[in-house]
Amino acid sequence: MDDMYREIILDYAQNKRNWGLLNPNDFDHEELNPLCGDQVRLTLRYDASGIIREVGWEGKGCAISQAATSMLSERLIGMPYDEATCIDKQQILDMIGIPLTINRVKCALLPLKVLVVGSLGKRRWEAVEDGE
Amino acid sequence: MNARFALRHQATFESKRADFPILSQKHHDDIPLIYLDNGASSQKPNCVIDAMTSYYHEHHANVHRGIHKLSDSATTLYEGARDKVRRFINAASRREVIFTRGTTEGINLVANTWGRTNLGPGDVVVLSLMEHHANIVPWQILAQQCGFTVEYLSLTPDGTLDMNRYEQLLTRGNVRLVAVMHVSNVLGTVNPIQHMASLAHAHGALMMVDAAQSVPHQPVDVQALDCDFLVFSSHKMAGPTGIGVLYGKRDLLEAMPPWIGGGDMIATVTLAGSTWNDLPYKFEAGTPSIAEAVGLGAAVDYLTQLGMGVIHDYVHDLTTYLYEGLRSISHLSIIGPAERSSLVSFIVDGIHAHDVAQYLDQRGIAVRAGHHCAMPLHTHYDVAATTRASCYFYNTLDEISALLSALEQLPAYLGPKRI
Repeated sequence: MDDMYREIILDYAQNKRNWGLLNPNDFDHEELNPLCGDQVRLTLRYDASGIIREVGWEGKGCAISQAATSMLSERLIGMPYDEATCIDKQQILDMIGIPLTINRVKCALLPLKVLVVGSLGKRRWEAVEDGE
Repeated sequence: MNARFALRHQATFESKRADFPILSQKHHDDIPLIYLDNGASSQKPNCVIDAMTSYYHEHHANVHRGIHKLSDSATTLYEGARDKVRRFINAASRREVIFTRGTTEGINLVANTWGRTNLGPGDVVVLSLMEHHANIVPWQILAQQCGFTVEYLSLTPDGTLDMNRYEQLLTRGNVRLVAVMHVSNVLGTVNPIQHMASLAHAHGALMMVDAAQSVPHQPVDVQALDCDFLVFSSHKMAGPTGIGVLYGKRDLLEAMPPWIGGGDMIATVTLAGSTWNDLPYKFEAGTPSIAEAVGLGAAVDYLTQLGMGVIHDYVHDLTTYLYEGLRSISHLSIIGPAERSSLVSFIVDGIHAHDVAQYLDQRGIAVRAGHHCAMPLHTHYDVAATTRASCYFYNTLDEISALLSALEQLPAYLGPKRI
């Protein structure tokens, strides 16, 4: 856990993929985790058939939240928007790849929260968070 | 640093560690637990756990109304716990000791009874910028409903309350209540409660004290402080969760209407209305947390036997060692004054508090990261989150040394690039 944390997570957190907001864009939403000050703003551009072509984000916070966003941003490119907004909690946890305590799960889920709240709303997000 | 630093009563407390079974745990490949999150909650000695278990094994029944033997012994234990608490804080009467679910509930009780009856437009309640959400939110909610104003007493640059500003606020003549914490759970600041109460009274205001972080760590005498209300929680003082105490001066409590209605807090009930039971029962509706009260009583006995003055001295010395050690680490900064109670909150340059806490957890060290239920305070310091190490009397010099050593090595662990 120690070595994996250091190498993979820190790499994604320190070398942020797809950094910088897109303007114009087809999606622009921001969420904040007030418990610790983690913050992520995500922008997307997709083509006429709804495939995400570009991702740009900015944020600040702990290594887990920033690494998760960095990792997710890579995976979103080439994905249909409708599929992206249906990504579930387990997929994010699998993506992070290391065991997380409950409090840190919230950090890892922040980019997904941005995606789901921004597209399908808060009630849908709560269902995702509850693993429904 | 170990060899040069001496703690008062070190031998006493070394022998006490064995009373706390949870402290001998090992995590993550056999690394011993170093529990430095006592500000969030304290661990429990065997005698507290045993008192609660034996209550359920031998004495449990509902209290107050039963005639049978078990009810009698349960009642005796429950009321006995109340007497222990009364002596512990030197309340004048057992009728001034109300059992609640904890500090938060105690503050809500005062806000919804004394507050709702006495506060209206034109009135001011003085809180402070360093308050815990438990002593901010109930007043904000009530202010919306009753129309009074909440003022937040400002801080000096070294993290103490601005007493000049305090006097300014009081001399306006419209302050009805001052409600502040005795000890800050973030800064470690110990506020001059006795002095503040005296000034409040001189200007016609009442004084409420959030003693959650002080009662576990130092002798607290409510008569000496002359506070009107005081609240604290069992679980921070080696007692069980789910129970706490509201102390209030008799006359004030007599005049306050009840908050939660139901059984036990009534004298008579008719279809036309009800009359209230005497103190303290007017504020204790329903079946109480009896086992929890018994546990709290056992905790009071345990702490009394150690001596709160002795506990204070030992933890003070340990905290000084912690504070000086943290101060000497160049890549971290501390918030709060040098003269402080049992905890230190700090920021590590360029490293988020969660990541610091996780790194420490991997080394067996339990600290807390976040805003510690004090968001306005963190906004004041312009920081989203801090990491906090908080001591209690079962912590040791070696444990603090391990924390300091781990923090010294943290930047090397993360490498040069920041997140």
